[in-house]
Amino acid sequence: MEEAVSLELTPDEAARITREQREDKAAKSKNLLEVKNLSTHFFTPDGVVHAVDDVTFELGYGETLGLVGESGCGKSVTALSLTRLVPNPPGRIVSGSVVFDGVDLLKLSDEGMRKLRGKEIGFIFQDPLTSLNPTLTIGYQIAESIRQHMGLSKKAAYDRVVGLLDKVGIPRARDRLGDYPHQFSGGMRQRVMIAIALSCDPKLILADEPTTALDVTIQAQILELISVLSDEFGTAVLLITHDLGIAAGMCDRVNVMYAGRIVETGGVDVIFERPRMPYAWGLLDSLPRLDDVRSDRLRTIEGLPPLLINVPDACRFNPRCAYARDECRDHEPGLTLREEPGHYARCWATDKGGWIP
Amino acid sequence: MATTAGVLDRTLTARRSSGIWRDAFGRLLRNRLAVIGGIWVIFLILIAIFGPAIAPWHYDQKDNVAFNLAHGRPAGPFTIPNHPLGLDNYGLDIFSKLLDGAQISMSVAFVAQAVVLLIGIPIGALAGWYGGRVDTYLMRFTDVMYAFPDLLLIILLSVAFRDTDFGRALNGLFLVFVAIGLTSWVTVARLVRGQLLSLREMEFVEAARAVGVSGRKIMTKHLLPNAIGPVTVAVTLGIPTAILFEATLAYLGVGVQPPRASWGKMIAEGVNFIRSAPYLTYLPGLMIASALISFTFLGDGLRDALDPKLKGKQ
Amino acid sequence: MVTYLIRRVAWLIPVLFVVSVITFGLMHAVPGGPWSGERNVSAGVQQNINKKFRLDLPIQDQYIAWVGDLLHGDLGPTFKYRDRSVNDVVREGFPVTLQLGLMAFIVAVALGIPLGIIAALGHNRWPDYLATAISLIGIATPSFVLAIILVVVFSVWLRWLPGVGEGWKGPNTWVLPVLALSGYQIAQIARYTRASMLEVTRKDYVRTAQSKGLGQRAVVVRHMVRNALIPVVTILGPILAFLVTGSFIIEYFFGVPGIGRYYVVGIGQRDYGLIMAMTVLYAFAVAFLNVVVDVLYAYIDPRIRYN
Repeated sequence: MEEAVSLELTPDEAARITREQREDKAAKSKNLLEVKNLSTHFFTPDGVVHAVDDVTFELGYGETLGLVGESGCGKSVTALSLTRLVPNPPGRIVSGSVVFDGVDLLKLSDEGMRKLRGKEIGFIFQDPLTSLNPTLTIGYQIAESIRQHMGLSKKAAYDRVVGLLDKVGIPRARDRLGDYPHQFSGGMRQRVMIAIALSCDPKLILADEPTTALDVTIQAQILELISVLSDEFGTAVLLITHDLGIAAGMCDRVNVMYAGRIVETGGVDVIFERPRMPYAWGLLDSLPRLDDVRSDRLRTIEGLPPLLINVPDACRFNPRCAYARDECRDHEPGLTLREEPGHYARCWATDKGGWIP
Repeated sequence: MATTAGVLDRTLTARRSSGIWRDAFGRLLRNRLAVIGGIWVIFLILIAIFGPAIAPWHYDQKDNVAFNLAHGRPAGPFTIPNHPLGLDNYGLDIFSKLLDGAQISMSVAFVAQAVVLLIGIPIGALAGWYGGRVDTYLMRFTDVMYAFPDLLLIILLSVAFRDTDFGRALNGLFLVFVAIGLTSWVTVARLVRGQLLSLREMEFVEAARAVGVSGRKIMTKHLLPNAIGPVTVAVTLGIPTAILFEATLAYLGVGVQPPRASWGKMIAEGVNFIRSAPYLTYLPGLMIASALISFTFLGDGLRDALDPKLKGKQ
Repeated sequence: MVTYLIRRVAWLIPVLFVVSVITFGLMHAVPGGPWSGERNVSAGVQQNINKKFRLDLPIQDQYIAWVGDLLHGDLGPTFKYRDRSVNDVVREGFPVTLQLGLMAFIVAVALGIPLGIIAALGHNRWPDYLATAISLIGIATPSFVLAIILVVVFSVWLRWLPGVGEGWKGPNTWVLPVLALSGYQIAQIARYTRASMLEVTRKDYVRTAQSKGLGQRAVVVRHMVRNALIPVVTILGPILAFLVTGSFIIEYFFGVPGIGRYYVVGIGQRDYGLIMAMTVLYAFAVAFLNVVVDVLYAYIDPRIRYN
């Protein structure tokens, strides 16, 4: 764990120092987060749902990684699994390891896990209206985290809250400490959530569809804010979204998820310019473009995502894939390395010896 | 949406839905308490209907022979031949009286709720469909009615009509039905109104109207069926209250009049013999308790089953 | 907030107006009803009755006079008690009734809410089953039946507490009536609290609280209970109403010298003056308590407060 920074420094100085520490670690190519073979299942009366199936990925210090996929593909459950917040029952992490800054979170005691939540790992949830307690002031809700983990006095904590509110762009911060969530607009509420997530200067922020519930005009502001702040503090961000445009704009690397599996991963440029998996092609193709003269209909990927109970050993995308052949139905492809370093895809067709060059 | 419930909902996407009612019925059957409650409710209904046919004695029939055997005093269960549950202090067969009591309680339960529906649905429908001023006036009226404490109004009605012909009909039962129904319709009215108000704004109603479907048809074919669920729950959960009211009225002496006796009346009279003949009290007491519990379980189960969100317990 | 308060209090007026009209109307205007001709009294007595109860006036004037009296605090004469008016009866019995009601309310809340919380936190495990079982007994038993059971168990068998007819003399005599009166309410509050807590458990802000790394106790108390209790406050109104109107049954059963006992006796003896006056009195008490509950509700839910 990194050395605690003295509280006598100004917030900006403290930020600079932590960021330098983290950049240092990144340079030494240590990973902040290493997820290996993570599987989370939901045990329902209708069967066992394999929401997250054998997922593996890494995240470096200060890096922004996108987790992209359509509704129901398991990206939210993955994020919840990392901090063991999956509702149990009916969900359970059945296997795998989540090594965070050298510690396997899945083996930690409940007490140990709680110490990390909020302090080392921050969460930004999708709907700020329902994610904030309506009966407590926002000042209290932000300070709660601070007082829990940093042991500050009430006054010092609230001072820090004011500083955070300034940072996230809420005007007249000190006056608004005693206000309640319903007195803020949607965008402001999400800024409050961001303040909560950043309050103890975490190493990692899990942002689960942070802008989906907001107006389009506000979305850009919030994303910009997350981007700027994570750069400033050297915080790593796991950004979960179904919106490709957002991922393209903010992430260093991208994981594409489908039906509980990661089906492609790589640097953001590579994924968007040279994807090697039909699902990714479908996703990109379905993005409406101003210069698209081919047709005036929106393109969609036909069919629906599969039911995740009793999944057979086959490519999960094959029912909807235009290029599927027998191999796709017999055996699930593994994630294999493609032309560029760090670019992996899960597809027989595009692999070496496949039928798509 | 990444809410807790949302995560689970979407993880189960693409499941073929077998229709709202089938789903709900399935959920209901999985709820053991609701099933037990439902079975007992059906049992009570059956004995209410067939009670007089299977009762060995008429509830008003004094068995002098057996009564003499018991020296003119009540006798407990299994102590006197021909009277499995004993005799009360008038020489009447307890078992038969319990059956009659079942008929009374069940009829109170259902007829009172029928009155509730008769008043509540039209008022709620009118308020919800027309909205605006009609709604405001009706709702003010409803609120005022709601503010009048139920029991007081029921007692007032019972006392006022007690000595009239209307009040004496069916040994006072008719008055009880109406009095309870008149005080309990507010919840149903509000439910129906709420349903109509929210559904009225939906597009399919506008579409229907645009095509020229009449208002009444829209109401009966589209809107009211949606309200059936919550209304059924409200009615089922309103039955224990109705039974309680009836028992209270009997205890106070304004309610069912002799020679018929509801369970509440039996208890009220049995208190006097609490030490010598406790069964006079606890037998009808058990019957009331069983009715209250079973309807409550059933009502709770219905409510959970019709709730579209998945509940915590599977 | 202030406008909300004013509106709530102003609401009392139409309510009480309607209550008085309905009460008066039912008692006086029903053909064959209570006042339409006393049976078996001599002409002279009948004349006295007519004068005392103003039955010789046209009906609207009767009503106005009656309401006028009520507004001055005069609850009118009783039918059966020559030397006492309803005011006398109420003055004697009101403190007792108030005490009984308050204690029952406190017991109902103090036992019901924790019971519900325990049940919800121990969902589907033994605390849930136990608390649910207790609630079941509460709702399945009419208050007078519960009273009977309590008396049989604690007074007849165990002889720990005095039974029926002891009056209202000291804590010993308070226990059983208070328990009998509050039984049903304890169960209702417990069930409602449990349902509300279970709802709250699924809310997003609970997950946010957990993601902050707060301890279980902080999450439960600060985030769950606070929000779960808000809907529970909304049923406090009906709970109070039930307590007020249920108190007379218990008073009658136990012989507690409150106003309720007179009310029940009055029903049986056809003391219509008493019945009318006490109905209005009880209705007023319920309406007033509901306003208090509404104020409380506005106070604890910030969303209402700032609108």
